[in-house]
Amino acid sequence: MTQQVSAKEPTAEQIAEQHIYQQMGVSESEYELICEFMGRKPNYTEIGVFSVMWSEHCAYKNSKPLLRRFPTTGPRVLMGPGEGAGIVDIGDNQAVVFKIESHNHPSAVEPFQGAATGVGGIIRDIFSMGARPIATLNSLRFGKLESDRVKYLFEHVVSGIAGYGNCIGIPTVGGEVVFDESYEGNPLVNAMCVGLIDHDKIQRGVAKGVGNPVFYVGPPTGRDGIHGATFASIELSEESEANRTAVQVGDPFMEKLVMESCLELIDSGIVLGIQDMGAAGLTCSSAEMASKAGNGLELYLDQVPQREEGMTPYEMMLSESQERMLFVVEPKDEAQAQEIFDRWGVICAKVGKVTDDGRLKLLHHGEIVGDMPVTALVDECPVYDKPSTVPAYYINSDKIDSLRYDEVTDLGGALKQILGSPTVASKAWVYDQYDYMVRTSTAVRPGSDAAVVTVSGTRKGLAMTTDCNGRYVYLDPEVGGKIAVSEAARNIVCTGAEPLAITDNLNFGNPEKPEIFWQMEQAVDGMAEACRELNTPVIGGNVSLYNENAGGSIYPTPVVGMVGLVHDIDHITTQAFKNEGDTILLLGDTKAELGGSEFQTILHGVAEGRPPALDLQVEKKLLASVLGAIQSGLVQSAHDLSEGGLSVAVAESCISGGVGAQVQIETDLRSDFALFSESQSRILLSATPEKAEQLKNYIEGHGVPVVRIGTVGGSNLTLDINGKNALNESVEALKQVWKDAIPCLMK
Amino acid sequence: MKFAVLVFPGSNCDIDCYKAVEEIGESVDYVWHTATDLSAYDCILVPGGFSYGDYLRCGAISRFAPVMAEVAKAAEQGKFILGICNGFQILTEAGLLPGALRRNESMKFRCHDTVLKVVNNDTPFTREYGKNEEVIIPIAHGEGNYYCDEETLETLKRNNQIVFTYGDNPNGSIADIAGICNERGNVIGMMPHPERAVNTLFGSEDGKRMFTSILKSWRDSHDTASIS
Repeated sequence: MTQQVSAKEPTAEQIAEQHIYQQMGVSESEYELICEFMGRKPNYTEIGVFSVMWSEHCAYKNSKPLLRRFPTTGPRVLMGPGEGAGIVDIGDNQAVVFKIESHNHPSAVEPFQGAATGVGGIIRDIFSMGARPIATLNSLRFGKLESDRVKYLFEHVVSGIAGYGNCIGIPTVGGEVVFDESYEGNPLVNAMCVGLIDHDKIQRGVAKGVGNPVFYVGPPTGRDGIHGATFASIELSEESEANRTAVQVGDPFMEKLVMESCLELIDSGIVLGIQDMGAAGLTCSSAEMASKAGNGLELYLDQVPQREEGMTPYEMMLSESQERMLFVVEPKDEAQAQEIFDRWGVICAKVGKVTDDGRLKLLHHGEIVGDMPVTALVDECPVYDKPSTVPAYYINSDKIDSLRYDEVTDLGGALKQILGSPTVASKAWVYDQYDYMVRTSTAVRPGSDAAVVTVSGTRKGLAMTTDCNGRYVYLDPEVGGKIAVSEAARNIVCTGAEPLAITDNLNFGNPEKPEIFWQMEQAVDGMAEACRELNTPVIGGNVSLYNENAGGSIYPTPVVGMVGLVHDIDHITTQAFKNEGDTILLLGDTKAELGGSEFQTILHGVAEGRPPALDLQVEKKLLASVLGAIQSGLVQSAHDLSEGGLSVAVAESCISGGVGAQVQIETDLRSDFALFSESQSRILLSATPEKAEQLKNYIEGHGVPVVRIGTVGGSNLTLDINGKNALNESVEALKQVWKDAIPCLMK
Repeated sequence: MKFAVLVFPGSNCDIDCYKAVEEIGESVDYVWHTATDLSAYDCILVPGGFSYGDYLRCGAISRFAPVMAEVAKAAEQGKFILGICNGFQILTEAGLLPGALRRNESMKFRCHDTVLKVVNNDTPFTREYGKNEEVIIPIAHGEGNYYCDEETLETLKRNNQIVFTYGDNPNGSIADIAGICNERGNVIGMMPHPERAVNTLFGSEDGKRMFTSILKSWRDSHDTASIS
């Protein structure tokens, strides 16, 4: 291994003359502004610190105006966006803490570590609030599962997530995996963590109390991940490979120790402020903690634990070495804090002091090597209102008739083709690599509509899911945004839970392209409206831009992570059909809507036209009726209709229940439209024969269209349309296709 | 009866073992890896997880923890010792059980329910099961591929030390072995997680009888002891 040495740093003058700040992603006008705030030209360390603080990843300079459009408050919201994670009340002095975050660019160049550290980072966000992490989820996008490169990325992202989550002992309970050529070369890796907290334990990242010591916790700082936040804020290119050093290396064992020791520290009640070192490491955590308290901070860089010799202030401030935290206590509590970390074998070092001058001062070898105004770093980054243009594809696609295709008559064959497509197929190959049971609270495992984790010591549970159909969002960002939120809510309700709130991960292309910015605006508007109507405020999230590859931008993919409250574990419901003889009911209207559907993509090889329409008032009624019916004990199984429409939903309920079904539909639609349309606001329920009529009346009473469409039983799935058999397949055969698809491709 | 759940840096099924003992209504303590006295405990649970991050080799570092000398002592005294998953790996590394656990044949971590056959129901840990009864207990491991040489395997068979076997071998273990005990029968190691199978809400409750077996065995020996 070659010894890495620090290159000689350019002077402040050289930085100005040679426009070195541009390589750090700082524009000309931003550089001028920085000089103004500083009252002089910044030195190399200072411009480095500014560049990461003013990156999109930390400052949201391109997305802030959009994020303001989200509803972020509600009667249950205890903490909205701005801290490590949002917090929602679940009663009995308890609250749920959750957030989603992306690690897309690191995962594109170093899939194992990129994904692993994505999980590690989001877990730190949760326990830095004082919460005990109880589950993680993820949302993954890859190119078509055909090329060796995509298979490599898929395999190593999954094992990176598994490697981190399994070791730290937090169950990975759910998520989604989608394959589409739009993500070729730019996979999406979004990780979500959910934690539990008592109200009185909630922490904030504030550097309170002038004169108080600031402590560094965790492994020593190395040269890994330098400029990670900047790296995340530019487009990937061939040079990205050379930026592998901008990807951090994770150590879940260390994080387990840091987590346990920090939770014990918080439990002791002596912490004044605590924050994790995530993007932009020591820089971001120290500046933000000082800013939130309206204070300043002095950092003694010689005291920062270092893994390598001769590290410069620039390297220490910008390193994104993992598993590190920063906290503040009163001087009298120092020894108590130190004892906790000693016992856990975790490094804890005093590295600074809270000051009253509002400046972030860096001291190294007895000299001041950096001196910056905290507010300029945290609050003064310019916010850009980017120009937006309606893309030509969107205007044109209005003219496309997405019903123009020849009728598909082999409906059983079509169903098998869709069940065997990697996006719809069983994800057991993925989640069997995740320990989804550790902590023995997972009541609904991966593979149903949403996962459910119980709240120990109560009869409550938390339902959780991640959802987004990027194809819909591409075809109509506003409608697609609404659908992402609504589908998440449908999944939550189908497990018997009341939707509480969402965290969002806005994955888009380059916002400097007006067409991309338009997608962002429209999607955010659609999501915001759905969140308002469905009473699920946005309590935090993440923005990942510049997701581009040689073919252009990825599909706009605003992933929704939603959490719901199961009021009583008796309400927990799954998608699996339960007993022979149970009655099957279909809720909602089926229209001829194929735009962006799985059927259109797989059978006809295109994604075009307009996505299915969504009426939020209809959705609201549907959700209320299904949740009420479940809570009244009328429902045996519940499953949301999504990719693949009615036929895939029925097939999935059969497969997971290990039982057949006989379904009869009366319709005016062409048979293939009736079976594969992806009309929104539809749910499949089953009920015992005794309760079926009561259930139907209950749903009708809420003004929701409902029809009995068949009976659970036998070993085949048969579908009759207008009295004529359209499909008859053995459930075992369907299961084989669905179950073997991904393992076969990965062999 | 008093249970101890050992806690090594990186243990993460300690909480599940603790809850399983609570489920059968018995008294249980977490015992830190640095502890040097286990005399207060009748049964020692060595939990799953990633002690010391699985660095070097699963269980290879943990076996040097101070508490392990006490575990050896307890084994000699005939106390009940149950190692689960990483706990099994630690017990083999410590030489309290024969053989070793290698990477799964698939080279991947695997987490799912498995069907186990109770090959030996004549141990203090399995007496509540029927001979050859099939039970559902989940696995969650990357290194559960049990291996021993032919001679050891013959010894295991001869002494009836193979306690559980897999119905559908998930990891390549020799002779489908899922769990074994020592010759005396008071130390058992297994890759599947009985502590995760004590409540149907979370899947199966087939693992619960391991804990009630231990309790019954202790009561029997305790009664005998007090009579004699």
